[in-house]
Amino acid sequence: MARAAIPGRLAWRVARLAEARQETETARTLVFDVPDWPGQTAGQHIDLRLTADDGYTAQRSYSLSAPDRVELTVQRIADGEVSPYLTDVIGLGDPVELRGPVGGWFVWRPGTERPVLLIAGGSGIAPLMAMIRARRRSGDGTPFTLLYSVRTPSDVYFADELRRPDHGLTVALVYTREAPDGWPRPPGRLAPADLAHLGLAGDCFVCGPTGFVEAAADLLVARGHDPRRIRTERFG
Amino acid sequence: MGIVSPGFHGRRRKSAAELPPGQYLTNDFPVLSAGPTPRMREDDWEFTVTTETGREHRWTWREFLDLPAETPTVDIHCVTKWSKLATEWEGVSLDALLADVETEADFALVHSYGGYTTNLPLADLVEGQAWIVHRYNGEELAPEHGGPARLLVPHLYFWKSAKWVHGIRLLTDDEPGFWESAGYHDYGDPWREQRYQGD
Repeated sequence: MARAAIPGRLAWRVARLAEARQETETARTLVFDVPDWPGQTAGQHIDLRLTADDGYTAQRSYSLSAPDRVELTVQRIADGEVSPYLTDVIGLGDPVELRGPVGGWFVWRPGTERPVLLIAGGSGIAPLMAMIRARRRSGDGTPFTLLYSVRTPSDVYFADELRRPDHGLTVALVYTREAPDGWPRPPGRLAPADLAHLGLAGDCFVCGPTGFVEAAADLLVARGHDPRRIRTERFG
Repeated sequence: MGIVSPGFHGRRRKSAAELPPGQYLTNDFPVLSAGPTPRMREDDWEFTVTTETGREHRWTWREFLDLPAETPTVDIHCVTKWSKLATEWEGVSLDALLADVETEADFALVHSYGGYTTNLPLADLVEGQAWIVHRYNGEELAPEHGGPARLLVPHLYFWKSAKWVHGIRLLTDDEPGFWESAGYHDYGDPWREQRYQGD
């Protein structure tokens, strides 16, 4: 049955893979061409739908990792159904369907004028990267701090981009399993000491696996951050 | 049929036929929340039903536990695509909580410790369709899953099953809650895939 075009309905759009880059051994950044894409606010996500040749479909939600183009950074889940297709199979020009952008809460807009603390666990960096890029693109002077927890140095997404100077952005990496040689902090989970030097004012965005987000948000509340200024996004 | 993605075959998990459209089965219990987990002591917990005339009906934790308990086993469906089958809960039916509440209201706005809200028609909270639950899988409900107590309305997407539930306001006019104000569907029937506004 043909669907009537309801105003405001998020329609499925055909998206074709335009660029792909290996981010880490298990993660790949994918950029899609989507005709008439309406644009997004940094932090929003999309729903992606794959259809097999016999009509079987599977849907998942992915955060957009850019503030303008349709860019996803996907971590391969070993027994996953959709992520291995996106990290290992899909080729340039191949179509998927997606709809969005979705989500009006876990978002950052230039001009908000409060300092921002971003806390990422693993692939939870994706929507926070969209915020970092939105700030840089707009020339917004809001101070940003990124605390980024990864297992090992080879698990850092957007490593080159995060190393480049970006005025007003402070990046602190937290290694949980293995740190680079000479790294001052011994490997270990995010702890109160990692937040001790951070200001209490401003907006916090925390994204990562559930256990990580629970722990990070609890640390922020214990430090005195206003819970209403802590926004979380969890996966897992 | 949608556009075929070449080389995509899918997993064909056995239970796909039992799931609402666009959902996949999980055996984990993922967590979705918009902010930090509020930590509520049971001694400080209260549940209030406020009618459209302003009349309040209030239960302390003790009074709540004294109400007749039910043990629903239900399938739950999260808008983020996961579904979990045959989850086991213990709690109090909304029918019991609303038994002595006089109201002409058609709508309910559920509110939680921490500030979360969600709206639904009052008709979806009665007749054995909704509970305030405090135990999951035979254990106390963990804080990240909404403990000490959460709403359970399994026939709607799980964001309607407000965690850390604190009360329900009965309203003559529908008032959108937290996600419903942020682009999500007002009603949220998983079998009709009502994820977002306009679905």
